[in-house]
Amino acid sequence: MNWRRDWFTLSWMAFGFAFLYVPILLLVIYSFNEGRLVTVWAGWSTKWYGELLRDEQIMGAAWISLRVAVMNATFATVLGTLAALAMVRFGAFRGRTLFSGMLSAPLVMPDVITGLSSLLLFVAMEQLIGWPEGRGITTITIAHVTFSTAYVAVVIQSRLVGMDRSIEEAAMDLGARPAKVFLVITIPVIAPALVAGWLLAFTLSLDDLVIASFVSGPASSTLPMVVFSSVRLGVSPEINALATILVVVASVAILGAGWAMNRQERLTKALTEKREIPVEG
Amino acid sequence: MEAGTGASAGGGAAPVRTHWRTRLSVYLNTNGRRLVLGVPYLWLLLFFLLPFAIVLKISFAEFAIGVPPYSDLLELTQDGYFRLTLALSNYAYLFDDPQYVIAYTNSLRIAAVSTAFALLVGFPMAYGIAKAPKGPRTILLFLVVLPFWTSFLIRVYAWIGILKSNGLLNNLLISLGIIDDPLVILGSDWGVYIGIVYSYLPFMVLPLYATLEKLDPSLLEAAHDLGCRPWKAFLTITLPLALPGIVAGSMLVFIPAVGEFVIPELLGGADTFMIGRVLWNEFFLNRDWPVASAVAMAMLILLVAPIMIFQHIQAKQADGEGAGR
Repeated sequence: MNWRRDWFTLSWMAFGFAFLYVPILLLVIYSFNEGRLVTVWAGWSTKWYGELLRDEQIMGAAWISLRVAVMNATFATVLGTLAALAMVRFGAFRGRTLFSGMLSAPLVMPDVITGLSSLLLFVAMEQLIGWPEGRGITTITIAHVTFSTAYVAVVIQSRLVGMDRSIEEAAMDLGARPAKVFLVITIPVIAPALVAGWLLAFTLSLDDLVIASFVSGPASSTLPMVVFSSVRLGVSPEINALATILVVVASVAILGAGWAMNRQERLTKALTEKREIPVEG
Repeated sequence: MEAGTGASAGGGAAPVRTHWRTRLSVYLNTNGRRLVLGVPYLWLLLFFLLPFAIVLKISFAEFAIGVPPYSDLLELTQDGYFRLTLALSNYAYLFDDPQYVIAYTNSLRIAAVSTAFALLVGFPMAYGIAKAPKGPRTILLFLVVLPFWTSFLIRVYAWIGILKSNGLLNNLLISLGIIDDPLVILGSDWGVYIGIVYSYLPFMVLPLYATLEKLDPSLLEAAHDLGCRPWKAFLTITLPLALPGIVAGSMLVFIPAVGEFVIPELLGGADTFMIGRVLWNEFFLNRDWPVASAVAMAMLILLVAPIMIFQHIQAKQADGEGAGR
């Protein structure tokens, strides 16, 4: 490879990464700005963080969002794992095309369509069977689980495909039942993907504005909904402070998870290499 | 070997006193397969597929004052017949009112232009990452994915302060003497392009990286040894082999961009009408559920082809990975 083309690639990459990171950096820097005008620097201050913590509307919405996100991530991880198992392990089964279609369509479905259709379903269900009563945290969670499952399934499928089956087979040969094999061997092996899937579902839920706007009730505004209505009125330093907190928390969580998974990976590798179980056929 | 089948072989001899855990484990071992597939299948049928049928139904209803605000399609008439009323007026309305036609063409145009820009920015990034040594490669990949984990809304919001007429970009350009009058980006299509490329860039880079990483470098070396110019080698070898990644990445950007609501609302102008915004307004401002449903169905029809292409690639990739084990 010649130097000139490498240089070209490198400068494009630098541009790309600057494009990705400069806006976030500016946001973080200006959250410490003293003045109310977001684009004029008036000295360092942390007063907007104080304002943020005293803002009851934002804090209440954040609490609702957190609860929805945790429930969503947990349900979606269970459903996504089951779906991924079916896709990877079950070979050809009846209705596979429909299943895989329903599993990958939410990845690209525009939010407005998902939001509207979920709402219409909830309204029809309430008319028909009286559940869910009104709209709120339950309906937001159900709608979120439906699209988060698709993302979780992708993460877990790739892990299952790349998984070494010999340990499972050894356990089966030694008489372990499928449920036991799944709990004792499969789950620990795919654990990093489970963590990644959970975190992904958590983030997707915490981040969703459009679907939540359709399926939420009057007393269940989520954090993005509150942020959106305030942002519509213009830039505010309080939102900058909130953004900084969210960015820092997300980065720390992802770095931590990445580090933990990396360690676990190396540990598993070291262990399996040491044991060298010769199972073939 | 499959979970759940052939497991009942040893489970027949029931002990005198069965503990609930034993019974549960017998149940799981014999019906595991059905449960593993059945639970997510039912969930998706109920909460993903059925809603589309309802949207379709309501798109043929008429607006009515009441809860819910639409008419019934099926009515029991006085002489004991069911009367099915399909109102096509909502769809006719979409074609009659130029606002909708403009919104559709606008959405397609903006999504296509943004996808092209995303490819332009994303391809060299993916290429550079795929060519980087192993250590930096992991870090670079991580850096591509990291913004995706931070709030989408916040990232779009970050651009308002930058692109405003008295924002950071204009201040910088004016103080450097490059321009005299502020550029109008916020509130124009350019704001929307920037927002979409920025938000969806990871979706473009990752599939591209996945195909470029698998590219066998000996092909390029052979071309080089045979006297092929680098650009020609790029066009005749790298680009065709990266095509699945290019298509997958483009679909991942294009499809959600067509229905995008937040970005045109925050970064676009009052006249940047995109179809997601029209649907939102029909639903939240006009409270016309039937027309909103018709808009959604029309958008789905528009997106069926791209979604099918995307799923085809997904399925092919899954098969390829499975076979490659």
